[in-house]
Amino acid sequence: MANLAWKTFKGIPLALTLVWIAVFAAALHFMDKSVIAFLGILSSIVLVYYTNTSKTIKLVIGAAVLLVIIPLVAGENRYYMEVASQVGIYVAMALGLNIVVGFAGLLDLGYVAFFAAGAYAYAIFSTSQANEFIAGNLFPLSGEWFWPFLIVGLIVAAIFGILLGLPVLRVKGDYLAIVTLGFGEIIRIIFNNLDKPINITNGPQGITPIPSPELFGIKMGTPFFFYFIVLFVIAFIVLANIRFEHSRLGRAWIAVREDELAAQSMGISLLNAKLAAFATGASFAGVVGVIFAAKQTFIDPTSFTLMESIGILVMVILGGSGSIPGVVLGAAFVTILQVQLLKEFSNFLHSLQQSGIINLPNQLDPSKFQRLVFGIMLILVALYRPNGLIPAKRKKSDLDAIKESEFSKQKLGILGKLSQLASGKQS
Amino acid sequence: MLNILPQVLVDGLTLGFMYAVVALGYTMVYGILEFINFAHGEIFMVGAFVGTEVLLISDSLGALEGMNPFVALFLTLIIAMVLTGALGVGIERIAYRPLRGAPRLVPLISAIGVSFLLQDLVRFTEALARNEFYLNSPTLFTGSISLGSIASIPTKGLIVIVIAIVMMIALTLFVNKTKWGIAMRAVAQDQSTASLMTINVDKVIMLTFLIGSSLGGATGVLFAQNYGTIDPYIGFILGLKAFTAAVLGGIGNLRGAMVGGVLLGLLESLSGAFMGPLTNGAFGAEYKDVFAFSILILVLLFKPEGLFGEAVKEKV
Amino acid sequence: MKKLSHISILSAVLATSVALTGCAGTSNSSGGSNTSGGGQQSTDQSSASGGGATDGGVIKIATQTPLSGNQSSLGDAIKTGAEYALNLRKEEFKKLGFDIQLFPQDDQADPKIGVSNAEMLISNPDVYGVVGHLNSGVAIPSSVKYEEGNLVMVSPANTAVKLTEEGKKTVHRICARDDAQGPKAAMYAKNTLGVKTAFIIHDKTAYGQGLSDQVKLQFEKDGVQILGYEGITQGEKDYSAVLNQVTAKNPDIIFFGGLYPEGGILVKQAREKGYKGYFMGGDGLDSSDMIKIAGDAVEGVVFTSVAGDVTQTEEGKKWAEEYKKATNKPLETYSVYGFDSMNVILNGVMEAIKANGGKKPTREQVLEAVHKTKDFQGQFTKVTFDEKGDNVNADVFIYKYDKDKSTFVGKAE
Repeated sequence: MANLAWKTFKGIPLALTLVWIAVFAAALHFMDKSVIAFLGILSSIVLVYYTNTSKTIKLVIGAAVLLVIIPLVAGENRYYMEVASQVGIYVAMALGLNIVVGFAGLLDLGYVAFFAAGAYAYAIFSTSQANEFIAGNLFPLSGEWFWPFLIVGLIVAAIFGILLGLPVLRVKGDYLAIVTLGFGEIIRIIFNNLDKPINITNGPQGITPIPSPELFGIKMGTPFFFYFIVLFVIAFIVLANIRFEHSRLGRAWIAVREDELAAQSMGISLLNAKLAAFATGASFAGVVGVIFAAKQTFIDPTSFTLMESIGILVMVILGGSGSIPGVVLGAAFVTILQVQLLKEFSNFLHSLQQSGIINLPNQLDPSKFQRLVFGIMLILVALYRPNGLIPAKRKKSDLDAIKESEFSKQKLGILGKLSQLASGKQS
Repeated sequence: MLNILPQVLVDGLTLGFMYAVVALGYTMVYGILEFINFAHGEIFMVGAFVGTEVLLISDSLGALEGMNPFVALFLTLIIAMVLTGALGVGIERIAYRPLRGAPRLVPLISAIGVSFLLQDLVRFTEALARNEFYLNSPTLFTGSISLGSIASIPTKGLIVIVIAIVMMIALTLFVNKTKWGIAMRAVAQDQSTASLMTINVDKVIMLTFLIGSSLGGATGVLFAQNYGTIDPYIGFILGLKAFTAAVLGGIGNLRGAMVGGVLLGLLESLSGAFMGPLTNGAFGAEYKDVFAFSILILVLLFKPEGLFGEAVKEKV
Repeated sequence: MKKLSHISILSAVLATSVALTGCAGTSNSSGGSNTSGGGQQSTDQSSASGGGATDGGVIKIATQTPLSGNQSSLGDAIKTGAEYALNLRKEEFKKLGFDIQLFPQDDQADPKIGVSNAEMLISNPDVYGVVGHLNSGVAIPSSVKYEEGNLVMVSPANTAVKLTEEGKKTVHRICARDDAQGPKAAMYAKNTLGVKTAFIIHDKTAYGQGLSDQVKLQFEKDGVQILGYEGITQGEKDYSAVLNQVTAKNPDIIFFGGLYPEGGILVKQAREKGYKGYFMGGDGLDSSDMIKIAGDAVEGVVFTSVAGDVTQTEEGKKWAEEYKKATNKPLETYSVYGFDSMNVILNGVMEAIKANGGKKPTREQVLEAVHKTKDFQGQFTKVTFDEKGDNVNADVFIYKYDKDKSTFVGKAE
């Protein structure tokens, strides 16, 4: 019943979407601390996606919300911008992992290693840490180096991806999962121990103070600027995702994901396709790592644990593996849940408790509920939206076209065409 | 330096046999459903808590007084196995069964959710009941057997090894000799054909979870006995290692899980004890996990199906 | 028809959520001014004051410690201590017309969560101070944000040297630094315990390794032979691999840089392996749980701490009893640190209110007042901040575990 309703559902009328945006923007502007208004604005992106109108208009409205409305009405509140840029960081990472898991079907449980590679690349060279092992007092670099380091992070992580991928990609399926997990852990442990014999990463003490980005002498250290930097990177990654999805390489990935053997017999080089997926996904994580390091101003190995890899994987699968809008939504959903919703919920319970409306024993303090609620949410989403929040769409028309083609009606199928061609050539 | 070698080997074996039994749970579920039961480590943890609570409560009631420690341990094991077995079956029923036929990775998400849920449920229950979530198990066995001057095996370590071996033998007999065991292997080979052969696949899967979980729960009790202290987060690291062990041996293969577990335990113990002195402090004991994972990766590179896994011929 | 029903549902949702924005929104607060509050705040006030005039407004003091995850028992101890201190002084502030509230945050021992919490705290104008953190790795990046928001932070537990060396004026701590605690611990081991050889183990965290490095330096200076320097993994329960190295070398002392969950297991397993020498650690071993975890093996374990003994005096004993009764929790050293840190901040707030003529002060005023703290006698530590925000009176004390409690040995010189 509900499914039927969903199928006949064409989309949200444009007017409603616009009203929604206007109402929440106004709400956020006039009552500047309303969390619901902020979430309303953020969720309007989802609304825009489902709006019943042309792609161009959706794109324009979406861009307007992200680039103009949110900075205008929420820009003064650092916390909202912090949440928004953290959401952005995870969206970008999830999109990178989507290439590996969603497109190429390689279960990677060590993805955070590439993130760490990017973050450490910037952190080591932008602070005096690099002086420990490079002669000459060349470091720290100034914040203007942030921009070239976006590229450096990309390259370093891509090299990491290829170096890890070369041996690792020979194993398949869940073996690959455990091998990547192993590599992720190895890299974290090595980063945690590389303070001796040569001090490269400063070990568990971490690296600080990592400079904020600078442009023309303007220091861009507040979440407001990071919001735009992250948006820019996401736009780049989304574009790359879309371009890849329908490119020759992208179709090769999907072929590998669906059936390695068949893909191989169609002349796809398995190793090359997989390596390309690994390196592309890794390079995006590397870029995000640089941004992360600059935003945090401090990094240490505890930010790059296995839980982090699992978290990003959860975002991809939750949103809909292989589906670009799905992955964006999944990452946003999980991050907002973790950094804002659960926190607001516990703050809310706490305020109820302080005013004596409810009385919980100290052991059940609401601020301790966060992981529990997260766990329950994961189970519920898995049970009720098993294909992800926005499942990946396969181009149905392609299949239909093949079925309808005259060759498929002949018994010979594709061979018929080949023999036709062959005979045509000969004649 | 070599004079500690026997001691290192004994410690490695104790740890390794625990890995092995937990790995069995992973490998059984994987063999049948091709799914990494991420929550298995948490079932192990629940087993540890159930066992410790049973011992603590009976201790406070004075029931342990004068009771033969073997009887006490046996009863504790039985209670923990029944409860964790039921828990495993319940989890399968609620969180995994509806997801059969869903994309391959979705049950993994559900399992991660279950894992978080169990960790915090145990934490809250313990915090409410005892005001803290660390538990210290009463030790049933003290003393040790010394092998001359070279090594001394603590009794409890020996008991861990013996019980683990007994459980493994029992499981092997069950799988190979009984009707249900044969059904399990049939389902693992081909679900749809097995169901055509009038095997109730649902029941077999339930049975798999029941056995795997109760073995995990029993290991939890042994763990609590051997190391004395447990917290709700012990399942994660141990589960991870046990899963690694299962893959090392060849996932889906019972013998592989056992060998993989023991091997991993030994590797960790050896590298932890000797890596520092051998490299003159440059690479210390903190690299033991790196070492263990490197061995795993090496093994998989040269034998991608694991030590005992059968290379599956791909059919077109 | 179907489409229509969707629209109606959507518009209903829209309408309710718009309505909600007016009255919900849990971090609603007055937009900077003292009296004009949002809806949330007025309910807070009316229910909390219960008749007393709290027209001055709400003052929130935050705690940021791990409240979930496996370090939550330490984080919870700080929070509980701070909460107890705040509750004791609620009346005092009510008389001035202010409602003080605790605003506990869970940093999950994760720098990312810590930083985003910090952003939330500085963007909430009711928050006037932070008690936190437990982990230096979280405190350092979070303090960058506090600095930007002029929000004073008083740390009960961060001993990493780096924290106060970066010249942030908002950062304060009442506990001693690693470079005070480490050398004193090493000197005590050398001079009083008379050790000649040592084996150092740490937990590969900023705290554990930082402290161990300091101890190692001092040992090397004093000619104590270091037989080994090894790291272990936090959260594991089996440390026999490292301990086999220890028993092979049989040092006079094991120094462990780390926290009690690992420390307790280490000492227990070391004794089971027949190790007979001393076992020593830093303030991370100071917890009633240490005794539970280590069991009988805890006897003779020596540790340094930056807090004097609570039950040395009659007054302290009484305080401990009251604390246990009020919070229904065992007294931990970290709860004491939390208690004193909170009082330092509350004193600052009080000073700032007075200086501001009874009106709600600015954060800068509170920061200034806290920074000027001089000779404040907390429940256990005396607090005077120096230029960097370190407590000049932070002494290092030596304790020793008996079978069932820790006993005060004396001040480490």
